[in-house]
Amino acid sequence: MGVLAHAGADAIEDRLAGHALPGYRRLRGPETGLVMLRGRAGGDGAAFNLGEMTITRCTLRTEDGLVGHAYVAGRDARQAELAALLDALLQDPARHDALHEAVIAPLAAAQAARAAEHARRAAATRVDFLAMATMR
Amino acid sequence: MNDLLPGFADPVLDAQSAFRAVLEAMSRPGRIVAIDRLPEAPVPLMPAAAAVLLTLADADTPVWSDAGDRVVAWLGFHAGCPIASTPLAARFVLATGAAPALDALDPGSEEEPQFAATLILQVQALERPMDGGPEARRSESAAYADKLGSGWRLTGPGIEHAHHLHVIGAPTDFLAQWRAQRPLFPCGVDVILCAGTRLAALPRTVQIEEG
Amino acid sequence: MYVAVKGGEAAIDAAHGWLAAERRGDPALPELTLDQIAQQMTLAVDRVMAEGSCYDRGLAALALKQARGDAIEAAFLLRAYRTTLARFGAAEPLDTGGMRIARRISATYKDLPGGQVLGPTFDYTHRLLDFALAAEGAPPATVPEREADTAVVPRVAELLAREGLMQREPQGEAEPTDLTRDPLTFPADRSARLQNLARGDEGFLLGLGYSTQRGYGNAHPFVGEIRQGRVTVEFTPPELGFPIAIGEIDVTECQMVNQFKGSLTEPPQFTRGYGLVFGHGERKAMAMALVDRALRAEELGEEVTAPAQDAEFVLYHSDNVEATGFVEHLKLPHYVDFQSELENIRAMRADAMGALKQAAE
Repeated sequence: MGVLAHAGADAIEDRLAGHALPGYRRLRGPETGLVMLRGRAGGDGAAFNLGEMTITRCTLRTEDGLVGHAYVAGRDARQAELAALLDALLQDPARHDALHEAVIAPLAAAQAARAAEHARRAAATRVDFLAMATMR
Repeated sequence: MNDLLPGFADPVLDAQSAFRAVLEAMSRPGRIVAIDRLPEAPVPLMPAAAAVLLTLADADTPVWSDAGDRVVAWLGFHAGCPIASTPLAARFVLATGAAPALDALDPGSEEEPQFAATLILQVQALERPMDGGPEARRSESAAYADKLGSGWRLTGPGIEHAHHLHVIGAPTDFLAQWRAQRPLFPCGVDVILCAGTRLAALPRTVQIEEG
Repeated sequence: MYVAVKGGEAAIDAAHGWLAAERRGDPALPELTLDQIAQQMTLAVDRVMAEGSCYDRGLAALALKQARGDAIEAAFLLRAYRTTLARFGAAEPLDTGGMRIARRISATYKDLPGGQVLGPTFDYTHRLLDFALAAEGAPPATVPEREADTAVVPRVAELLAREGLMQREPQGEAEPTDLTRDPLTFPADRSARLQNLARGDEGFLLGLGYSTQRGYGNAHPFVGEIRQGRVTVEFTPPELGFPIAIGEIDVTECQMVNQFKGSLTEPPQFTRGYGLVFGHGERKAMAMALVDRALRAEELGEEVTAPAQDAEFVLYHSDNVEATGFVEHLKLPHYVDFQSELENIRAMRADAMGALKQAAE
């Protein structure tokens, strides 16, 4: 679910292309609302309300009777619906491995690569202090 | 979760439409209002009661219900409302069977009478007496008149002179309970009577007599 | 007193028409897209999200475009929009300790585990206008990279706390105050204060924070740590009952370290002022941390002498949407009000003139 929450609808749809998908019925949404985000006083103390964030959720049931839920940051209804469908389909042992390999794993790899690039950029701005021995 | 039903087909417009209906019903007490954009409600929830709850209940309004786990799950899922453990702790009380007594519900406080509970009471039928009043109909068909039982005569704000309403399936001592909460005003419980796809409201300001 | 008046509809329509044209500017120039605003005016977008109290880059970019770049008007638009959305619940508190760091600096320790990471900062730029930017079409900048170690970066406050030199934050899982649901009341607890400051006006908090440094509040703050980066948002849907990751957001956190002389029950130690804001808002996070610490004066038994320590003064005036509403309402018609003032002043003048005349006779 975390992987799908960080992936765009187009990226998910591209990975799903070619997979035969069952019909489904929407039970709730996709609909956009808010979640209140919280911080902690001092970073590790009691919680406080920081501010809200838009979020889109969807729940659906496939023809096979599997119920899928999705909550994703932002306002992309298609992303939430695809994520809910995948949440349902991944519960099906007959589909799980193929879908995981075709959709989740490559999206996760792309996200990990972006995170690694972010980390390398940050590392390049780490200060190496030079001891100014002559100034002693 | 596997037998969960959808809520409103269009949550925004359907809730707006139901809200208009409740507003109309509350401002004209006893007037029967039909709701036309209805959700597919799990039994024993009637469509009108389901629409009212989806429209009015939310995360800030604890709901008490006697309608069983399936209804509770459906309400929690679509309305996001917490489920109250007792009728007294609820902002909305849904009664599909024997209703809890009005004096067992929260009448609000002098400072915040708006936080009183609203009882959503499912009844068998709501009927408006035909022109000529119930007496005329009674003479037409004694059997139908028996079914209607005795009617209610409503007076108060929102009613020019008097309004007549027949309620089939309300608790037998309902009028006595209603009269008993009168001295609490401005506190007191409001009631929304639901029958099938129709509803009528009894705001706490209305006075009801038999006749 | 307000009296409803009618009229001016055509004038209002014309004003809106002109406003739309002014917003667009010269139609011969390409129109700004929301992506351009979100990507190239990132800090303006961050500020609108922070003060609009709603994390959504696209909405904040739209608000900025509609408001012609006026950050406060844009925050107002975002606040208004959020009222149309249902609240699905509250997320798990953000784990800033697990932040994927873009920037992390400490002014208290040079060599600290995790190091000093500068990130994409304006610091060390020379604040000289770069006319190269005036010419468009420069190739994209290449960003230097270096092999990163993946160790979690410990908090500076935790390093001090392990030695017993930093006051531990009170724990507790009580539901925090929510100012979007319940109005501010006094005394305001820490959760109410932090929420108020997090959505407060950057300029107001900056001025107040500055005042604490200049002697109005007796503060000697150090930046224990500033960190900026990405945190995962986790939410527990009621139908699942366990937390799931629903997205990532950028935040800036500031821990100000302040000396505390101790009290009857506590030995001398350091205390924290805390700042946390949406996006890259370092100045705001630092100002928030200064003001948070100043507002703790009363609970720490310090003398309350300065404006920044006065919770009612700070919290009632920090919200720029409220402030702009009340200040700007003065331009609404006050015709009847003013008529009565006019009569009053005329009567007073007549009395005074009469008295002068009498005295002269």
